[in-house]
Amino acid sequence: MKELIKALTEAFGPSGYEDAVRELIKARIAGHADQVRTDALGNLIALKKGRPQNGVPSRRIMLTAHMDEIGVIISHVDDKGFLRFSNIGGVFPIGLVGSRVVFADGSIGVIGRERPESPTEFPTMEKMYIDTGAPDKQHQTHKVGDVAAFTRPFVDQGQRLVAKAFDDRIACAVLVQTLLELPTSPHDAYFVFTVQEEVGLRGATTSAFSIEPDVAIAVDVTTTGDTPEAWPMAVSLGAGPAIKVKDRGMLAHVGVKTWMAKTAEKLGMPYQFEVLEAGSTDAMAIQTSRAGVAAGVLSIPSRYTHSPSEMVDYGDVQDSVKLLLGLLSGSVEI
Amino acid sequence: MLLKELSEAFGVSGHEGAVRRVIVDAIKDLVDEHRVDALGNLIALKKGSGESKRKVMVAAHMDEVGLMIVYVEREGSLRFRPVGGIDDRVLLSKKVLIGDNKVPGVIGVKPIHLLEPKQRNQVMRVEEMSIDIGAASKDEAEHSVKLGDYAAFDVPFTELGGTLRTVKGKAFDDRAGCAVLIELLRGSYPFDLYAAFTVQEEVGMRGAQVAAYSIAPDVAFALEGTICDDLPKKRDVSPTTTLGAGPAITVMDRSVIADPRLVNLLAETAQKNGIPYQFKQPGIGGTDAGAIHLSRQGVPSVVVAVPSRYIHAPVCVLSLDDLDNAVRLMRETLAQVQGLDLDR
Repeated sequence: MKELIKALTEAFGPSGYEDAVRELIKARIAGHADQVRTDALGNLIALKKGRPQNGVPSRRIMLTAHMDEIGVIISHVDDKGFLRFSNIGGVFPIGLVGSRVVFADGSIGVIGRERPESPTEFPTMEKMYIDTGAPDKQHQTHKVGDVAAFTRPFVDQGQRLVAKAFDDRIACAVLVQTLLELPTSPHDAYFVFTVQEEVGLRGATTSAFSIEPDVAIAVDVTTTGDTPEAWPMAVSLGAGPAIKVKDRGMLAHVGVKTWMAKTAEKLGMPYQFEVLEAGSTDAMAIQTSRAGVAAGVLSIPSRYTHSPSEMVDYGDVQDSVKLLLGLLSGSVEI
Repeated sequence: MLLKELSEAFGVSGHEGAVRRVIVDAIKDLVDEHRVDALGNLIALKKGSGESKRKVMVAAHMDEVGLMIVYVEREGSLRFRPVGGIDDRVLLSKKVLIGDNKVPGVIGVKPIHLLEPKQRNQVMRVEEMSIDIGAASKDEAEHSVKLGDYAAFDVPFTELGGTLRTVKGKAFDDRAGCAVLIELLRGSYPFDLYAAFTVQEEVGMRGAQVAAYSIAPDVAFALEGTICDDLPKKRDVSPTTTLGAGPAITVMDRSVIADPRLVNLLAETAQKNGIPYQFKQPGIGGTDAGAIHLSRQGVPSVVVAVPSRYIHAPVCVLSLDDLDNAVRLMRETLAQVQGLDLDR
């Protein structure tokens, strides 16, 4: 699965420009779903049809992982050929200086910063620029509106993995792997690879409308509280997949939450509950779609979220696949 | 000039009736049907030749930012709050018209003689301001004005001229878009064109949300009057848009990431036809496209805007060249839309 993870995290896909990620996933899941389609906004929707099982009522289950990652967009080309930029999604200015970004054409830029007015001045994006090495404006091939992503290679540390865009490519990998390993399910399972989560859960909004699921589980990353002097949070790397209780945007459906926990216990695998004080996931948008959807979240613990070096635990990743397979193979008890 | 009529019409969010009447008069002979929906959106259908099954929605919002009367003081002055985004600093000493009877008033200001040195460097907050309609008491004020009345800026439309053919007036955000959309209805198209003149954009794209739901379009364009900050600056940073540099195409703003295929179609069409165009500074502002593209199963959407200086302030300035070029760009682009491959 590590090869799949590497390929997914290294793909280019800032919000709204997920095409390369989508093509990659499409190729990996080819032949494993009964229907695959891409909708108007670019969500990739793969349906694995259910096979009736005695005594198990069939449900329409929507699983999501978002394909997009945070990035930057060019807002101005100055006379000397430097590029001013704006954020796509939640980009933290701290740590940007010296970062490298990659454009869709593969060209690389370096982020620099104007001279601060004081040594303690907090860095802001308005005072940064991207240097692509162009000697002047005439030779600058990038224009206002071009998008770029952060770039770092995938690193395999054995048990721990480091990469950019684990948010949310690690969940894309989990969904792909689940689809590949899923023998049969009594349920119609929609594997939805959504777009534009980082800018406002937009792909989930429209795909939930079209799918009209009975139950939904968004798979996404969550932060941890296990690093030095971290914001207190009872989620740790390597302690198993996290089952969301609440975050800034939603209260997980109690039935879904309990069903997930009971399934994990039945499988004899570790899990943890998650209360996240900031942020939300696609499940927030899905929960209030149409007449309402029973929605929960399977979170993969991740350190340094929204930085170019996010870290996850490989055991958590494999257990996430295991949990999803368990959830899809039995009856939905919510 | 239609833009003059549109600009001078009174239409703060939630109270767009006067603007709607101007538009109905202008379009009723150009469209096959038109209706006003539950929230007040004016939705007109220009039927296509039948060549294309695609439904194309083009939206422009009728509403403008303004004020609402929230309290009448004992002495007869009127307390108010902004409707939509208004910078407190542009309000002092402005002329306004209140309610359907257009009662004239002035937002009062303390003479410079009476200002403490400290106050000269402070921005007065809208909560501290009041409108003076010349009433001597609460009773007298309430004869002509009541709680909840809207107030709009009292600004006549004027041509400034010059090489860029500039004009000044209020509410070019988004009467400029309304003017462009009305012009587009003079053309004929292979597809059904739904023109949506929407309400309540300035308070959260509310009209566009329900209009898009009822139209259920395949593709959407939002037409706007957008930010233009092109006066000389010390730093070499974005002007957002530049006056006279042509219609501005949105790649991304706070509300929408425009469909790249529509962005490319617009840019290529402009190049092919020698129409000047520019890309708006990404990440700034929000438009009706933000609501439309999320409607139902999703709608590929883009924004085309006429640059306008000083929007969300009483007086805006735009170039009629930009307005004309926005019409040309949209007309040429709509002619290409039925052939655009939207599958992937």
